Amino acid sequence: MGGKMTTDTGIEFADTPDFRKKIRAWLEDNCPADMRDGASGEGANCWGGRNWVFSSEGQRTWLERCAAVGLTVPTWPKAYGGAGLSRDQEKILKEEMAAIGARSPLNSFGIWMLGPALLKFGTEAQKQEFLPPIARGEIRWCQGYSEPGAGSDLAGVQTRAEDKGDHWLVNGQKIWTSYADKADWIFALLRTDRDAPKHKGISFVLMDMRSEGISTRPIRLISGASPFCETFFDDVKAPKEQVVGEVNRGWDVAKYLLTHEREMISAGGQVMGSGRALGAVLANSETGLSDPVLRADAMRTEVDALAMELTLERYKDQAEGGQGVGDASAMLKYAGTELNKRRLELVMAAAGSEALNWEDGRAPTWLRTKANSIEGGTSEVMLSIISRRILGLGA
Amino acid sequence: MAKLIQTEEETMLQDAARALLDNSAPVSRLRALRDAGQTRDDALWQEMVAAGWAGILVPEAAGGVDMGHAAAHVLAREMGKTLTVSPFLSTAVIAVSVLRQLQDSRSQAALKAIAEGAHTYALALDEGAKFNPDRIELKAEKRGNGYVLNGEKRFVVDGGTADRVLVLAQSDDGLCLFDLAADREGLTRSSTDMIDSRDAADLTFENVELSGDELLGAAGDGASLLRFGLEAGQAALAAETTGLAQAAFGMTTDYLKERKQFGVPIASFQALQHRAAHLWCELELTSSAILHVGRMLDLDPGNATLAVSLAKARATDTAQLAVREGVQMHGGIGMTDAYDMGFYMKRARVAAEWLGDYGYHAAQVARMRGF
Repeated sequence: MGGKMTTDTGIEFADTPDFRKKIRAWLEDNCPADMRDGASGEGANCWGGRNWVFSSEGQRTWLERCAAVGLTVPTWPKAYGGAGLSRDQEKILKEEMAAIGARSPLNSFGIWMLGPALLKFGTEAQKQEFLPPIARGEIRWCQGYSEPGAGSDLAGVQTRAEDKGDHWLVNGQKIWTSYADKADWIFALLRTDRDAPKHKGISFVLMDMRSEGISTRPIRLISGASPFCETFFDDVKAPKEQVVGEVNRGWDVAKYLLTHEREMISAGGQVMGSGRALGAVLANSETGLSDPVLRADAMRTEVDALAMELTLERYKDQAEGGQGVGDASAMLKYAGTELNKRRLELVMAAAGSEALNWEDGRAPTWLRTKANSIEGGTSEVMLSIISRRILGLGA
Repeated sequence: MAKLIQTEEETMLQDAARALLDNSAPVSRLRALRDAGQTRDDALWQEMVAAGWAGILVPEAAGGVDMGHAAAHVLAREMGKTLTVSPFLSTAVIAVSVLRQLQDSRSQAALKAIAEGAHTYALALDEGAKFNPDRIELKAEKRGNGYVLNGEKRFVVDGGTADRVLVLAQSDDGLCLFDLAADREGLTRSSTDMIDSRDAADLTFENVELSGDELLGAAGDGASLLRFGLEAGQAALAAETTGLAQAAFGMTTDYLKERKQFGVPIASFQALQHRAAHLWCELELTSSAILHVGRMLDLDPGNATLAVSLAKARATDTAQLAVREGVQMHGGIGMTDAYDMGFYMKRARVAAEWLGDYGYHAAQVARMRGF
């Protein structure tokens, strides 16, 4: 036993030819029973962090077991807490998880957004310090981008970071900060040069939310939930080494990250709908299959949803083949979010009055999708990006 | 599953196709044929035959190059971009996909004749105004070793000029598919003056006597034999239609950059920018469906039905949007016969109906997705 590298949960996944068999067996052995109900969405999953309260012992066990073998961030390098899987292997993992209805072990903006940015722009010290705690679900991150005066015009951020020699002094306000009230750290776009052109005076800065001078206030939304906050910075001191990438070049990091965010939001339809065909939604409703108008709308939406799925697949294949997705991520974001809104409109119409109470749960999801085409760049901004940067239409 | 990226080989084929078509079949060629009242371009077809296109799906043993459906889609897409007049879909895709399921010597000889450019084909299927392969009333009565055909077929694409016709008919043993010469006694072909200036005809069968050798497969095999030919044809037509949409879109964005009103290029107006960007998104989604159906037909042809209907539905819808926006964004000039956009709009309308319209294929998708 002594010299053996693997334990019950420590298992080498990468580079094994019988990967599917191995992962299936591992999931079978390790995924707790109450984590196999196929539940997804913001409420069902663990988001981690210092203050996380596990919904069950199973949720804790599931996180710990996945983290121990790198499966919370399957494609990250092993050195930073990942499992070093290829995308094909990741796909198999997802299929096998779906087959037993396994919940995602950990959701986080650290995994989806900050991680990819650090992997590309971070120093080795920053990667060592910040990535493993994200992978283990110990630190929960939030994103400080938008401001009251900088929404679609994100590069107009005014929250200032003044150079005070050994630290930055931060003052200003962010808005639409997702889960800022629950997060441990924030990555934020701050203005570090007020005289430079607006895209060239921004830096990407990491701050501990426990820093003196940071406060948050949740915003209640039409869905009844408060996933977003206002975040205030009042003479907050941020150490100099917590800038990612070069000072005043934070827009490069932000753009890279926005690409990731757009891909993630565009994939939201699949995540939120759990791949369930609209036909099943209609079949379970009172008039769904007999109402010709609803049925026609649903058929059209289903056709478009399948084409969207294939397009996500194609763009991933392109990205893997070395052809970057680049500005075309604006297309994924636009098409994916508009489609998801259509989908939830149909879900509501099929459900009729059954879905008009808060307990039912469909109404908040429907209302939440309305933000999909606003957050991370509105549909209109996406169309402008496409027309200017891809089609070359402009003034 | 194979990756949804065009391979290097496919890109080379695309470049070669573009060069041939730009030289021999620009849109002006369609215009010249229309003005001359012609719907068949023999010189161009022989050029395609020489380039191996007629045999793109024909097995090597029968003289073809057997490059597969994804490659055929590359050719169809490039033809769609310049509205090429050719019997490629009817002959090289539909007829070949039917015939190559059969191993008998007559079918092998028929494939060889197609690859050599000796025969072109048309598929006589529709009897009503809408595609409906399940409702066939043209009668095939058994007589001796052969059959006698009586009835009518409509909207037979390439039916006015094809050398041979594949006919689906109803017999006492079920649906039968026949392969006969188009000049057979008792078969009257009446060419239609089509809006897209292409060949289509109504066919009347009056006591057309056929030998048993002209029946493909066995009696009652008609529907199953035709099924793969139809799927191959629907997918290739979707590819052609997508090429059409891409070209109409390209013409439109070029025009937006060039046309000035109020002292500025109209491309600077956000109302037009956003509509163009939306159309580009639709084209991207449809392109994925086209790449996917090519891979499915080549690698898993028995399970391609969903991919085929998805591709045909999406391509139909996207092309209609592309030509509507094309005419509207061009303004008055888009309405003139002297400008090419009208050709794209009319071809898109015909392609929308051929082999099943949006509603037919969306319903297929819905059925397979549990509606």
